[in-house]
Amino acid sequence: MTATRRQSATNRQSATEQQAWTADEMMSIAASRALADGTSCFVGIGLPSTAANLARRTHAPSLVLVYEAGAIGAKPDRLPLSIGDGILAETADAVVSVPEVFNYWVQPGRIDVGFLGAAQIDRFANINTTVIGSDYAQPKVRLPGAGGAPEIAAGCGEVIVIVRQSPRSFVERVDFVTSVGHGRGPGERERLGLRGRGPVRVITDLGVLEPDPDSCELVLTAVHPGVTVEQAREATGWELAVADPPRVTPEPTDDELHALRELQATVEEG
Amino acid sequence: MTRHAAITSLSDAVAELVHDGDTVVLEGFTHLIPVAAGHEIIRQGRRDLTLARLTPDIVYDQLIGAGCARKLVFSWGGNPGVGSLHRFRDAVENGWPGPLELEEHSHAGLANAYVAGASDLPFAVLRGYSGTDLPEHTAAIKPITCPFTGETLAAVPALRPDVAIIHAQRADRDGNVQMWGLTGVQKEAVLAAERALVTVEEVVDELDPRSNAVVLPSWVISHVAEVPGGARPSYAQDYYDRDNAAYRAWDAVSRDRVAFGEWVEAL
Repeated sequence: MTATRRQSATNRQSATEQQAWTADEMMSIAASRALADGTSCFVGIGLPSTAANLARRTHAPSLVLVYEAGAIGAKPDRLPLSIGDGILAETADAVVSVPEVFNYWVQPGRIDVGFLGAAQIDRFANINTTVIGSDYAQPKVRLPGAGGAPEIAAGCGEVIVIVRQSPRSFVERVDFVTSVGHGRGPGERERLGLRGRGPVRVITDLGVLEPDPDSCELVLTAVHPGVTVEQAREATGWELAVADPPRVTPEPTDDELHALRELQATVEEG
Repeated sequence: MTRHAAITSLSDAVAELVHDGDTVVLEGFTHLIPVAAGHEIIRQGRRDLTLARLTPDIVYDQLIGAGCARKLVFSWGGNPGVGSLHRFRDAVENGWPGPLELEEHSHAGLANAYVAGASDLPFAVLRGYSGTDLPEHTAAIKPITCPFTGETLAAVPALRPDVAIIHAQRADRDGNVQMWGLTGVQKEAVLAAERALVTVEEVVDELDPRSNAVVLPSWVISHVAEVPGGARPSYAQDYYDRDNAAYRAWDAVSRDRVAFGEWVEAL
């Protein structure tokens, strides 16, 4: 007994040594890598903001961050606490009103990438941030709502979603379509008059999913290091299609981890 | 002939401008939130208000929990950077302290509803909501056909509040208001409203130029009240930063009806 316990303790120890990062850190780093230098990115607070600011500190120093409160080209040296954080206005190339953000910048497709979170996402990458439960008037959980997401998902050149993967968040069909991904399949975005390409990548704490070019259904195309396809399947509320074989996400580099932890420390201090 | 805003106390301004049953907006896109004015509305016991705002946050949570609101017109209701508004959720999920009717939009839709109100147009048109479930639940979102191209777009009716309340950095003694930093949709809200109250950090002799400043002339404002710290715990650029601990602490008060009741008593 004692020997077995000691053995398992040793295993845990060695597992910790092998993987010197958390699943959330891997997710933020994978998401930051998805943002190309020199593009413009519409950023929400939380996971998207962390990843976008990390990208600016690592491989994408010329990434243009657009925050919906009206900061275009914000260059915060710490993570903003909310979209109204003064550091966004102080460091922006331009500060505009909220109607201008949506009417002049999002609606005409002037932003390359929309970076969104989700409470629920389905196999066609439709997003719910409105209610959990089938009855809108009597929801099980009332979520914050749409914010800027419906028009960001419609109008930005493309959309990247960052969300933790679990059977609660990855559902066969979202309870409420707050923001359209690929609707019910091929051709639906065009029928609806949505001008952007929609979600091109969903980045989770387990891996990366991308829509199949023909069916628009999300396919697991990469797993993060140490994650199995089985784990991703178990965390998905539909029968998950998997690339054969899925890529393995490159491990976080020391520079990435260092930059991410430095960024997150700015919030803890705040 | 132009008229000037009255410079009064906050309590006098709220008593004169905000009536039971009014549609009231306290705008602020997470910066310059008119928190003190919201608290004064709670103290004065206003009821049956239709509250509107793109980003209802903790001051709306407080107004809803205190039973001031009958209806909420909004596009994102949360405690920014922290999580849920539990008084708002309790009202929607459990009807406590009373039922809360919702009119739910996206930011683009609601921002344009203010623009239409400020422009004295009956509705605004936008490329929005297409394919989402929002139009099914919000009667104020309708499809409209462009008379020139035949394209289907979305229409939202103008939002014309009885009262708009905002917080700004400064006003001069004539009641001209100057605000800067992230100014959100406050200008549109004031110009869309029948009456407007602006609380300011300070009243000064002269407004010196600031970059990105929005100036609202005295003659579009009903009342100005000097309320230093009137946006706390939110930000007022160049005056104070957000008190993040207060936003986090609100979570525990908001979760508990008894703790919330004690908070209202102490207000």
